Amino acid sequence: MLIIPCPHCGPRPELEFRYGGQAHIARPVDPSPLTDQEWASFLYSRDNERGIHAERWRHIHGCARFFNVVRDTTTDQILASYKTGEARPEGV
Amino acid sequence: MLSDIVETTPIDANGVRLETLPAFGRLNFRGRGAAVSAMGEAFGLALPQEACRAAISGSRAALWLGPDEWLLLLMLPSDTDAVIAAAATSLAGQPHSLVDISERQYALGLSGRQAATVLAGGNPLDFDLRAFPVGMCTRTVMGKAELAIWRTEPDRFHIEVWRSFAPYIRGFLREHMREFGA
Amino acid sequence: MPDSLAPDFTAATVNEPFRTPSGGRIDRAKPVTFSFDGKAYSGVAGDTLASALLAHGVHLMGRSFKYHRPRGVMTAGSDEPNALVTVSRDAGRTAPNLRATQVELYEGLSAISQNRFPSLGFDVGGINDRFAALLPAGFYYKTFMWPRSFWDRVYEPVIRASAGLGKVPTAPDPDRYLQRHVHCEVLVIGAGPAGLAAALAAAESGLRVILCDEQNEFGGSLLADTSSLIAGKPAQVWLAETLAELAGYSHVTLLPRTTGFGYYPHNHVGLVERVTDHLASPDGAQPRERMWQVRAREVVLATGAFERPLTFPENDRPGILLADAATTYLNRYGVKPGKRAVIAAANDSGYRAALALAEAGVEIAAIADLRRAPSGTGYDAAKRAGLPIETGKTIAGTSGKMRVDGASIASVGEDGTVWKTQDIACDLLLMAGGWTPTLHLYSQSLSKLRWDDTVQAYVPGAVAASQALRAAGAASGAYGLEAALSTGFKAGNDAAVAAGGDAVTTRVFVTVCPAGDASTFLGALPHNRDANRVRAFVDFQNDSTAKDLKLAVREGFRSVEHAKRYTTTGMATDQGKTSNMPMLGVMAQAQGKTIPEIGFTTFRPPFTPTTFGNFAGAARGDLFDPIRRTAIHHWAEGEGAVFEDVGQWKRARYFPRQGEDMHAAVARECKAVRGSLGIFDASTLGKIEVVGPDAAEFMNRMYVNPWTKLGVGRCRYGVMLREDGFVYDDGVVGRIAEDRFHVTTTTGGAASVLNMMEDYLQTEWPDLNVWLTSATEQWAVIALQGPKAREVLAPFVEGIDLSPAAFPHMAIAEGRICGVKTRLFRVSFTGELGFEINVPPSEARRVWEALYAEGRKHGITPYGTETMHVLRAEKGFIIVGQETDGTATPDDVGLTWAIGKAKKDFVGKRSLTRPGMMESKRKQLVGLLSADGRTVLEEGAQIVADPRQPKPMTVLGHVTSSYMSAALGHPIALALVEAGRSRMGETLQVLVPGRGSVAVKLVSPVFYDAEGARLDVV
Repeated sequence: MLIIPCPHCGPRPELEFRYGGQAHIARPVDPSPLTDQEWASFLYSRDNERGIHAERWRHIHGCARFFNVVRDTTTDQILASYKTGEARPEGV
Repeated sequence: MLSDIVETTPIDANGVRLETLPAFGRLNFRGRGAAVSAMGEAFGLALPQEACRAAISGSRAALWLGPDEWLLLLMLPSDTDAVIAAAATSLAGQPHSLVDISERQYALGLSGRQAATVLAGGNPLDFDLRAFPVGMCTRTVMGKAELAIWRTEPDRFHIEVWRSFAPYIRGFLREHMREFGA
Repeated sequence: MPDSLAPDFTAATVNEPFRTPSGGRIDRAKPVTFSFDGKAYSGVAGDTLASALLAHGVHLMGRSFKYHRPRGVMTAGSDEPNALVTVSRDAGRTAPNLRATQVELYEGLSAISQNRFPSLGFDVGGINDRFAALLPAGFYYKTFMWPRSFWDRVYEPVIRASAGLGKVPTAPDPDRYLQRHVHCEVLVIGAGPAGLAAALAAAESGLRVILCDEQNEFGGSLLADTSSLIAGKPAQVWLAETLAELAGYSHVTLLPRTTGFGYYPHNHVGLVERVTDHLASPDGAQPRERMWQVRAREVVLATGAFERPLTFPENDRPGILLADAATTYLNRYGVKPGKRAVIAAANDSGYRAALALAEAGVEIAAIADLRRAPSGTGYDAAKRAGLPIETGKTIAGTSGKMRVDGASIASVGEDGTVWKTQDIACDLLLMAGGWTPTLHLYSQSLSKLRWDDTVQAYVPGAVAASQALRAAGAASGAYGLEAALSTGFKAGNDAAVAAGGDAVTTRVFVTVCPAGDASTFLGALPHNRDANRVRAFVDFQNDSTAKDLKLAVREGFRSVEHAKRYTTTGMATDQGKTSNMPMLGVMAQAQGKTIPEIGFTTFRPPFTPTTFGNFAGAARGDLFDPIRRTAIHHWAEGEGAVFEDVGQWKRARYFPRQGEDMHAAVARECKAVRGSLGIFDASTLGKIEVVGPDAAEFMNRMYVNPWTKLGVGRCRYGVMLREDGFVYDDGVVGRIAEDRFHVTTTTGGAASVLNMMEDYLQTEWPDLNVWLTSATEQWAVIALQGPKAREVLAPFVEGIDLSPAAFPHMAIAEGRICGVKTRLFRVSFTGELGFEINVPPSEARRVWEALYAEGRKHGITPYGTETMHVLRAEKGFIIVGQETDGTATPDDVGLTWAIGKAKKDFVGKRSLTRPGMMESKRKQLVGLLSADGRTVLEEGAQIVADPRQPKPMTVLGHVTSSYMSAALGHPIALALVEAGRSRMGETLQVLVPGRGSVAVKLVSPVFYDAEGARLDVV
């Protein structure tokens, strides 16, 4: 069970969280002009990193906020945790 | 009535007691900035800004549950409508959400020197007083159900649980009280 | 002897011929009676099953897995591969595969051996041993390849019958298991000298410390140490004082009988405490086991080392033990493991065992040392004592059937040639093969292991990035008591400092003790026998031999991970504790490589076999998962309702009257609703209150429907898609105020819909001023449906004009009913005039009963979910998850009308114009009528044009819902059929497995009251 640092509540056990997939995939503000290919890519294309990965978590059984985490998928080391809407910290 | 779905008699064991607390009025307040202080004025109690902390004044308490979310507890349930009315006035024009959830959940009290140990049977938080001091409150889990835990005294916890999860939570805690004689 | 034969304890063998008169940590004044394979024996308090049997001279404790060879106890700990037993209290309390070395005796303990039929002494499976040459490595893979048809009927049943270790209990486990989460700054695993010293250092810092050990007593090697001095005191006196000191700290938790079984991310460590297994009459208040889920800032692994067996021919006979195990049986349990011993030594532990045994009166026939020039404190002392030491010797084989009775000692020349020198009679043969640090948990943490040439072992390497641990004592490759204490204390101190504590005063443990020794021999021992015939066992539990491993190498299995799986070496319940290093040694030898070039295998949890109860904890029976009940549940129960599970909820499915089956009950309930009045508990519907100035805008974005113009006091049926364009959920939404919507979801979708809404709101549209609050349990919902609904409801309602003009279909209003607050919806999922009455759950039953009493005048009938399903199917209303399966678009299920055409965007809109979503051949919702007018179709059945076409058939669709319609007097069904709307009137075939097919006619999915006239009865 991971310890995940919630940007609002501090470090908390994984049982309180729900995974939310890859981070920083913004929904297009206006999807209508996108080509089918572009839209399909938004829907279905995700990185599958072995290593450093920016991902979303929701502290669903806590403050209920979505936020972002940078985690090394090979070691589970969490390198950064930051609020939704914030840029990924430099260097991680 | 609560007893329609869950037994309400207290469970006593050596060093720990589980009881069903009386009915509370409950409001879920959501808002940001000025609305938060306006809500505090309408409620008669400044809403805590620090994460996972509760504030009490008289018969009312405000529990920080999220960065824009507070649970407002009223020991006198009949005050609830008055608070809603007061908020409608003092928060007029300010974006916010106030929803009556008095009936959505109810409160259990768990007390005694073994109370934290019993909670640890199904909750992964550190209940050491340095990590979870008096006045701390948070949503979290117990076994497979969600609840909110608020430490009101070193050996006393106020637990908020959605009503249909009440029999599960009560049964789960009782199972972990058996070794203390429950 | 049948397993069930009750032992006669009065006839217990009380003479323990191999028990020493004094010494050890047992209590000779407290006799304990137990049985093994139905025969009663005596033991004493402090014994394990293994030590007590050895006290009677019983070495034969099991049969091996593959060859059914007789096997005796080999170790004194959790590394035991041979002496696996089943301990039984009753049919439900039966634990197989317990190591006799870890089973504590209690009065009346009943244990039986495994892998033998009919008895341990005479086992027909032993025939496998005679044909061992036919059972080489990979035997199963090679043999059962053909003929293919034999697999299902012959090979698999036979293999299954003969496979497996032990038998599962036949009754449910009546014991309780609990878990406990616990936090500490320093967790020390292993309470031998290194762990005790680590705990002392960490405890002094004042931080929270947990010390656990798998044994019943703390002390590790000190428990069998009768000669060393620590700080001028005998080791066991120091032990007692140290335990008293640790017990005095309130911040130190001591957990004996507690195994660290798994090391998980972020220093999360699983411990299992055996709370009652050692008790004759466990107290029901205590759990049998408790899983401690420890979150430690720092972990110290003081898990010691396992002694290595030596790989020589016939090294598996009963009476062949590890040297240190013999020392332990003698010094800790007061048991002589034999009368005349031969010691095969590659390490000083062989000499220490020889000295202790000799002092206890065991004859030392020979010490055969593989080394030409041994050294060590034990060696020196043995030499001084005049014990018969021979150097440069190997063991070329052993003899004996149920017990070793002789060893062939052979000389090894400088050039490697081997010639036999003598056969020596013995009833005890000890193996001192050196030591393997116990690093299972270290490796599980994903920290690296590093080969250390000086100790010829893998030792702790780089710590994994997300973990914080260190090893000390023998686990770190630091052998000997002095090193254990000093490295342990340092590790405890370092851990405390790393966890935020202050450094403590350095303690120097002045010891008088044997020096640590890392000498070893890796690989198969040389011998002068036919290498194709002899068997030198590497994995005793899975019966794999040096020959098997060499064959695997010859056949091309170079990777140790592949050879392991091919030969199953190290894959038994002991996880290779004794076999792992010998395997690497033999593999290296066979490939002419060094061990680090070979690599090593992965350690996985659990360290020792762990019960399912440990993992289940309290989650069984009523606590397996929350069972959610509504405020009306007990009323429905009182009316004899049959319930069904819908997610975690219990919902009343139907209310059978005397003698009614489900079909009769449902037909009656359906008729009542259509004819007069039904009452239904809809409380489990999800409810979300959407509040804020941007509420309508948010709803516009989340749902396909337009919301801006929905008036306050009006409702609309909403459809929600996923971003991929498929239907996700639906429900009626009422507008309570300009800035407040009361949204309902499906019962099963309540949590996931809220999560999806929060996702968009928080991450895509944080600028919107709107908030979501779950109100599912704030309101109980009573559905009153049928022509008499208004008439029955009206007298109880205050503040709402229920007249059709003031309160039309799809209206919502707040008011009071029976004096309590209500949100009243005029909605219908049945096609009849209907109301859904939202009331506080604490008042719901009172309101329900009032309506029910009033409704009796009109034959009000409570109905359940089954009737609800039939009524809505008659109207062609879909159920998300039944008509849809995550691949249905709104158009597929006939919901295009719900889409707000003028809306520029909503979740899923862009996907609706992807080419695949607009194909004319998509499956569409249709109604089906059985051509014979009688057959109720099978839900899920496939639909084809021609059932006689060759397989695989072209499937056109499937039945999604199917019921007998009481209102229509014939069956109806809903289905998804390729281009279904263009096939109206066509006849297709629904396949019925084993019975051919049924002809069906495609019709509109709305079977009843297509004009909707019934909604408006006045």
